Amino acid sequence: MNPAGAKTLGMWLFVLSDLLTFATLLVIYTALRLANPDWPKPFALSPSIVYATIMTIVLLASSLTMVWAVDAMGKNDRKRAVQWLLATILGGASFIALHLTEWRHLIQIDKITPASSLFGSVFFGVTGLHMAHVAAGLIYLTVLATGVARGKFSAEDIETGGLYWHFVDLVWMFVFPLVYLMAVKP
Amino acid sequence: MTIFSTDHKVIGKQYIGLALFSVLLGIVLSLVMRFHLVHPDAKVKLFGALWPDGAPGGQMTPELYLSLMTIHGTIMVFFVLTTAPQSGFGNYFLPLQIGAHDMAFPVLNMLSFWTTALSLLTLLAAFFVEGGAPLSGWTAYPPLSGLGRITGPGQGLGQDLWILSIALFCVASLMAAINFIVTIIELRAPDMGYFDMPLTCWGWFVTALISLFAFAVLLAGGILLLLDRTAGTSFFVPGGLIVNDQIQTRSGGSPILFQHLFWFFGHPEVYIAILPGMGLISTILSTFSGKKVFGYKAMAIALLAIGGLGFVVWGHHMFISGMSPYSSIAFSVLTLAVGVPSAVKTFNWLATLWGGRLRFTAAMHFALGFVSIFITGGITGLILGQPGLDIYFHDTYFVVAHFHLIMGVAAIFAIFAGLHYWFPKMYGRFLHEGLGKLHFYMTFIGVYAVFVPLHFAGFVGNPRRYPDFKEYEFLKAVMPLHIGVTHAAYFLAAAQLIFLFNYFWSQRRGAAAPANPWGATTREWRDD
Repeated sequence: MNPAGAKTLGMWLFVLSDLLTFATLLVIYTALRLANPDWPKPFALSPSIVYATIMTIVLLASSLTMVWAVDAMGKNDRKRAVQWLLATILGGASFIALHLTEWRHLIQIDKITPASSLFGSVFFGVTGLHMAHVAAGLIYLTVLATGVARGKFSAEDIETGGLYWHFVDLVWMFVFPLVYLMAVKP
Repeated sequence: MTIFSTDHKVIGKQYIGLALFSVLLGIVLSLVMRFHLVHPDAKVKLFGALWPDGAPGGQMTPELYLSLMTIHGTIMVFFVLTTAPQSGFGNYFLPLQIGAHDMAFPVLNMLSFWTTALSLLTLLAAFFVEGGAPLSGWTAYPPLSGLGRITGPGQGLGQDLWILSIALFCVASLMAAINFIVTIIELRAPDMGYFDMPLTCWGWFVTALISLFAFAVLLAGGILLLLDRTAGTSFFVPGGLIVNDQIQTRSGGSPILFQHLFWFFGHPEVYIAILPGMGLISTILSTFSGKKVFGYKAMAIALLAIGGLGFVVWGHHMFISGMSPYSSIAFSVLTLAVGVPSAVKTFNWLATLWGGRLRFTAAMHFALGFVSIFITGGITGLILGQPGLDIYFHDTYFVVAHFHLIMGVAAIFAIFAGLHYWFPKMYGRFLHEGLGKLHFYMTFIGVYAVFVPLHFAGFVGNPRRYPDFKEYEFLKAVMPLHIGVTHAAYFLAAAQLIFLFNYFWSQRRGAAAPANPWGATTREWRDD
């Protein structure tokens, strides 16, 4: 058997590696933006930024519920843990729904697409990779929630899942200022 | 032995099997290329049958040549040099050497192998789709790789499959890297500190650390390149580009950015291929000298140093990309600094031999051959690490000769050494020693006969990636050299048949081996 902490260490290593993947995208963004004196700033404070702030709050709230899920599992309260996991899943799913609505708005009304400009390339590239991570996280959390409900998984498993989820939220905390706040209409 | 086994020994053998299949395919592709270089006008019915579009009437097109080169490079780098020394030997022997029952995450291990296998299938599928395999080499530089079918027959679906294959390989390698690192940190026997581990384990450990970071960046590059091709983004494609008389309507990014991402991965990749071999060679030289490794701690630290420096030297692949000369100097100095830990290793290997009771087994032959080729290939690295020289040599056969020796042949020698050394543990029998030595001498002579002359072709400015030299007046003088190299390549390939026979024959008929046939001191030979 593996000693305690092996899974957590494995997830930390994944997070380190994935951090570099995201960092690469942000470096590409930086390089392209620095090369471009008139980088577009299409987001109006209202509604675009307000909307993105709501998305941010929803995602952060799901991190909080994840903390409570880990806490409940630590106290061996499986019922509570499942409830908080479901709340986390709800938060993540709402984030994706809000995000997709925003994407549709951008593509259909503002005519910003991946092909329309470098801004579009960066915006959809970065937020798309992040959204893929949230979606993968939802599958991961669903597996955890159903498992915990059936009496499987240890506290460490939930903690490991939490590590992934917090990481995905943390990445958003870089994406939000760099991609949204730095593109506010002057 | 079940197919989806989670046993580390089975997975190790599966990786070695995958690498063996890949290396044979890679050799065949290289022979076809060498044949074409000296007989550019030959009509070969077999080529026509295999590639009706790429070789109409048996006459190979330049595009087919480039696609063979692309797949040769990709297969050899990813599916041979990255899999066999690390995932093959590492999976089998790391747990045994540190006293663990298995890798830390056996299911992840199984998934990692089968993702690698899927990645290989995806790559090979490129040969069979419309347009065939991609033309852009194992480095897949945009804009050639970013624009689709307009840039060449293999640049459509073939290039998409190539990128997908590499992305899958990245994922598989990340899984493997996590597994290796956790295994080493968490599952070492209680009495084994980090500096008690055999140097083989150090090689695998540092390689896994490099993989963890290098493949993450390649993955990002692959995703963005795929978006450029399928979603119309333009991270790496310049605006206003005209290809085949058609303007490409992109908003305009930078192809150089992809080169940065690729080589940020690509240089550490060289060390991914060679570091496990370095660890292995240290063990073998020590065993067959009857001495401890000279300067064990320095050897381990040198591995770490090479791995660390590997992340700050990628610019030396891009001296001709138009980078600032100030950056070039920085990259150059850092590159030459890699020579220091490399020299520490080389001198320590020689010092390990010094005064030892040497036993010249086949494994020892290959280990000594490794040291020889590591020096030969390494010295040309010092030449290419200097911008002034690299600008002249960069797109010539000098670079081809350099990286084949240091990255390809040296690592392959380590694999052969490892197979001879560990075969008794893996199959309970010896590989035939006489055949092994014959194979060694033919291979050793063969690789020098192939690659030393190619340096001289580089001196006279013979460009790489040209499918046909006869169109160029100044290359007429080099043709006799190329004819010689092609014959040497045939000889070298024939020598590998000896190994193949030995490998499969010895599994069933080889002399039975005792538990610790070489008198080695590492844990894997203990009775268990």
